[in-house]
Amino acid sequence: MTSKLMGQGVQRVEDQRFLRGQGRYVDDVAVEQDVLHAAVLRSPHAHARVLDIDVSDVLDVEGVHLVYTYEDLTGPMAEPLPLLIPHPALTEGRTQYALAKDEVNYVGEAIAFVVAEDRYIAEDAVSKIRVQYEFLPAVVGVDAARAATDLVHADVPGNIAAKLEQNVGDAVAAIAAAPHKLELELTIERSACTPMEGRGTVARWDRDLNRLQLWTSTQSSTGVRAAVAVKMGLDLGQVDVITPDVGGGFGVKINHPWPEELLVPLAARVLGRTVKFTEDRREHFISSAHERGQVQHIEVGFDDDGRLLGLNVEFWHDHGAYIPYGLIVPIITSTQLLGPYKPQNYRVYFESLYTNTVMVTPYRGAGRPQGCYAMERTMDAIAKYLGKDRAEVRAVNFIQPDEFPFDQGLIFQDGRELEYDSGDYPASLEKIKALVGWDEFPAFKAEMAAEGRRVGIGLACYVEGTGVGPYEGAHVHIETTGKVKVATGLTTQGQGHATVFAQLVADELGVKFEDVEVVTGDTRRMPYAVGTFASRAAVMSGSAIHLAAKRAKEKALKIAGEALEADPADLEIVDGVVSVKGSPGSSIDLGTVSVLSNPLRYAFDEASKAATQFSVGDPGKPPVPEDEEPGLEGRDFYSPERATFASGMHAVIVETDPDTAEITILKYAVVHDCGNLINPMIVEGQIHGGVAQGIGGALYERMAYDESGQLLNASFMDFLMPYVTEVPDGIDIDHLETPSPLNPLGIKGAGEAGVIPSAAVFAAAIEDAEAPYVPGLVITAMPISPSELYALRHSQGLENS
Amino acid sequence: MKPAPFDYRRPGTLAEAVASLAGEPNAKVLAGGQSLVPLLSMRLAAPSLLVDINGISGLDRIEVCEQQGVDGVRVGALARHAAVLASPDVRRVQPLVPMALAHVAHATIRNRGTTVGSLVHADAAAEMPVVLTLLGGHLEVEGPAGRRTIHADDLYIGPLESALSHDEIAVAAFFPALAPGAGVGFEEIARRHGDYALVGAAALVDGDSVKVGYLSVSDVPTVVDLSGVADADLGEAALEKLEPMSDIHATAAYRSQLVRVLTERVVRSVRKAA
Ligand SMILES: Cc1cc2nc3c(=O)[nH]c(=O)nc-3n(C[C@H](O)[C@H](O)[C@H](O)COP(=O)(O)OP(=O)(O)OC[C@H]3O[C@@H](n4cnc5c(N)ncnc54)[C@H](O)[C@@H]3O)c2cc1C
Repeated sequence: MTSKLMGQGVQRVEDQRFLRGQGRYVDDVAVEQDVLHAAVLRSPHAHARVLDIDVSDVLDVEGVHLVYTYEDLTGPMAEPLPLLIPHPALTEGRTQYALAKDEVNYVGEAIAFVVAEDRYIAEDAVSKIRVQYEFLPAVVGVDAARAATDLVHADVPGNIAAKLEQNVGDAVAAIAAAPHKLELELTIERSACTPMEGRGTVARWDRDLNRLQLWTSTQSSTGVRAAVAVKMGLDLGQVDVITPDVGGGFGVKINHPWPEELLVPLAARVLGRTVKFTEDRREHFISSAHERGQVQHIEVGFDDDGRLLGLNVEFWHDHGAYIPYGLIVPIITSTQLLGPYKPQNYRVYFESLYTNTVMVTPYRGAGRPQGCYAMERTMDAIAKYLGKDRAEVRAVNFIQPDEFPFDQGLIFQDGRELEYDSGDYPASLEKIKALVGWDEFPAFKAEMAAEGRRVGIGLACYVEGTGVGPYEGAHVHIETTGKVKVATGLTTQGQGHATVFAQLVADELGVKFEDVEVVTGDTRRMPYAVGTFASRAAVMSGSAIHLAAKRAKEKALKIAGEALEADPADLEIVDGVVSVKGSPGSSIDLGTVSVLSNPLRYAFDEASKAATQFSVGDPGKPPVPEDEEPGLEGRDFYSPERATFASGMHAVIVETDPDTAEITILKYAVVHDCGNLINPMIVEGQIHGGVAQGIGGALYERMAYDESGQLLNASFMDFLMPYVTEVPDGIDIDHLETPSPLNPLGIKGAGEAGVIPSAAVFAAAIEDAEAPYVPGLVITAMPISPSELYALRHSQGLENS
Repeated sequence: MKPAPFDYRRPGTLAEAVASLAGEPNAKVLAGGQSLVPLLSMRLAAPSLLVDINGISGLDRIEVCEQQGVDGVRVGALARHAAVLASPDVRRVQPLVPMALAHVAHATIRNRGTTVGSLVHADAAAEMPVVLTLLGGHLEVEGPAGRRTIHADDLYIGPLESALSHDEIAVAAFFPALAPGAGVGFEEIARRHGDYALVGAAALVDGDSVKVGYLSVSDVPTVVDLSGVADADLGEAALEKLEPMSDIHATAAYRSQLVRVLTERVVRSVRKAA
């Protein structure tokens, strides 16, 4: 019997292709053909009325095929883009038009769309379009939005799209009655996903078949398909969306449809030519999406042990100029803020605010980093106030292992109760303390201090709702060659789905791993799907694939049972061969079973002869039995009641330079619990990537908007995404496996976790490093650069180093 | 991010290159392209003509020689940063050049980018202009009127602005040799490995003479004479002559602190090596 692949660090099947440069991304599609290229005129102003657009100079440019402005759009195309996730509290939802109508609300908003022979000509043409603007005051940042001296949308008072409050118990009263109280004022700035591959779309209208083929770099092919069909007035059945290799998404590609995802197919249909749009880096900075910007006010009441008695959080969420993805990010902040703790009484209130900046949609972590930051900074403040160990204060607030399932009493992002399914937070804490050397740290700190070096340690805990619904599906097809083709509808942007899904199928079906081929994100192969976000692919598609493989196996055993004249319960499948347990001589391979599953009139090779009408079947019965279908296939869907909750803890040791305020990472440790591991190597890869991205968000990256709404650092020269040289060589990882009771495999999501605690854990560690030297230094704003740490040291006026 | 249309010529001789530039006020020389091509792609520059000098033979030479009575090393216009950095002659004759070059960008960019191109590009955040200025080197320049020499002191006029006229080509740079008994050092702090520095400092100590050149502090590379200043006061003395700038990466106050720290560090490193 082949050993189980579940839980093994199987080498990624994708890597050979990627490392040899054989990946096929959207920009690689249709390169050899006669493709036209699109470019977009984008607003150079953050807030202006568009008085006139003059395209007359463009029409003379040789090689230009089409120019669109808002006036050229009709029907559903001329309506605002969809508000994808409505919510009762989102009373003032506004979305942009595919091309600006009357007004632009951020630098980068699409105004005109040009299609030309190549991208060079298209950009030349764009530069010849003349727009007359009437400038309006720009609203930049949470403070300006709250002040509401100027409005982003004239019809949205106070710049407030939504207000939402949730209560568990009476937090205000509990805080008033608590023996100790603290207040914190925190801010966290914007960053962005910045995948290596930006957005991109290729469309081809096939006149012979009367249908559209669309390749797009998305996290939801089925979402794009539905949106394009609605906007172009097509039937779903006329639209195929194919997601080839995707060079990273990290959330930004879950928003859809982007203006270009509609304009490219529209132009392709009108022109009868293949049209391609490939976003460049500057466009990605100014016209896709950002995340993270919040201002938070926290009040907390607690007892002598640091036990939370009441927690009252108010925050203001900067969602940019439009809100197509609804309230998902602030809802996640407001609910996931609680982490592994029991607040006893909790009130959370947020306002989601318009600003004249790029819109905000989920970025890996999706509001959790902000929530974790609020909660963990609060834990640190409580410990400092009480003079207690920071780990101890956390421990007294943990939900205990015997309290699961634990209902936090709130409504989560999927509209379901925030009920944690399983976890073991005390065990995680023990592991992280051991891994980072928590108890030994004071001695190390003293030793370093003697050498004039400042070191500090930080700890942060999180719980992450993963694998949200509504569902995913899978189709497993055993070919007559014995090879297994698996399709699931969600997309892949580098996670290694082709590897882990093949592991699950190989285990369930009893076939060789190499014989399994996985396709994702192709609506021709699996038209029912949701998408890849919220750490849901393994949980959702993994479970669906497992269930579909089970069905295929049942059918295989039934047919094999007939062929071998054995009870299916006595059969087993090993390496693609079905045999009677204990008598390996009596066997049939799965390919032959597949042949038998499809009764044939015509033979076309030796193998298929076996399935023709004079060879098989009981002449007294229909060739395909009632309730059966021809073909050896299994199809199933997985739709859980609610999300499953992964958890983890990060700890970091940093050194701060007494002279230059440079911040160096000495050790980074992660304990992670995503239930049963399918492939520990892939989970660790996700953690490494997440930690690297988190380091970027905490110490390097920010969106430097000036007060007129210009993004000053819209390139990788000034937006400081960390290089590999800025990420520690080793990240120490330990796993805990607390299975989820909600799915057949006991798994939880792992994709976002690495990035969640970074702002919190770095703020804590840097503050700890500085504490002996600059006693009043508190970090309340993240990210932090050496220049800012230096300013903080001096604003204290207490430097006594 | 595609350049606006431009004409392109790739002459085989220097004379042809100079002739190509003549009468084309919007022409640009293309060397390694590591600064120019991004500017073209972002349409921040839209020259009418690019004169690619990469086809001119002999311009990549690095030679130890004497010029105007001074020993030194002459680096041709097509010598790549990587070749200059790897040259044993350069290291022996003027070790400050490789010390600074190690901080210029990343290996892939050093493989294409030229040291002379960097000197002409005149970025105040770049390492090599400061090195040339501190050492009192010069550029050899060829134009319609023939060849002339521009001393480093006269080379840097403003941000990204050098004293070359639009129809001139820099043929080589000359870095004077390190005098016997003198010492040099280079220190910088950048946000990420290989980035342009927040502040950088190059030092030349010769007997009682102490000079430090700064990058990313002012609009142009700036050298401060710190001769006779007590070690403990070096940073403050330098700051009296400098007015550090603020930008999105660092405040002026923080840059001032880096000037203090790096001035002391770089002078100390020279003394230690002596
Ligand atoms: C990611 C990145 C990071 C970088 N980091 C650094 C860094 O840390 N420090 C640093 O110093 N540099 C850095 N650079 C710039 C690099 O050093 C360039 O190589 C250098 O600035 C220009 O050299 P080049 O040969 O590429 O010149 P080009 O880009 O070809 O030309 C630059 C300019 O100089 C002119 N020019 C070039 N050669 C001549 C000549 N012989 N005669 C007349 N005019 C000429 C051109 O017309 C143009 O205006 C970086 C570049 C990149 C892309």
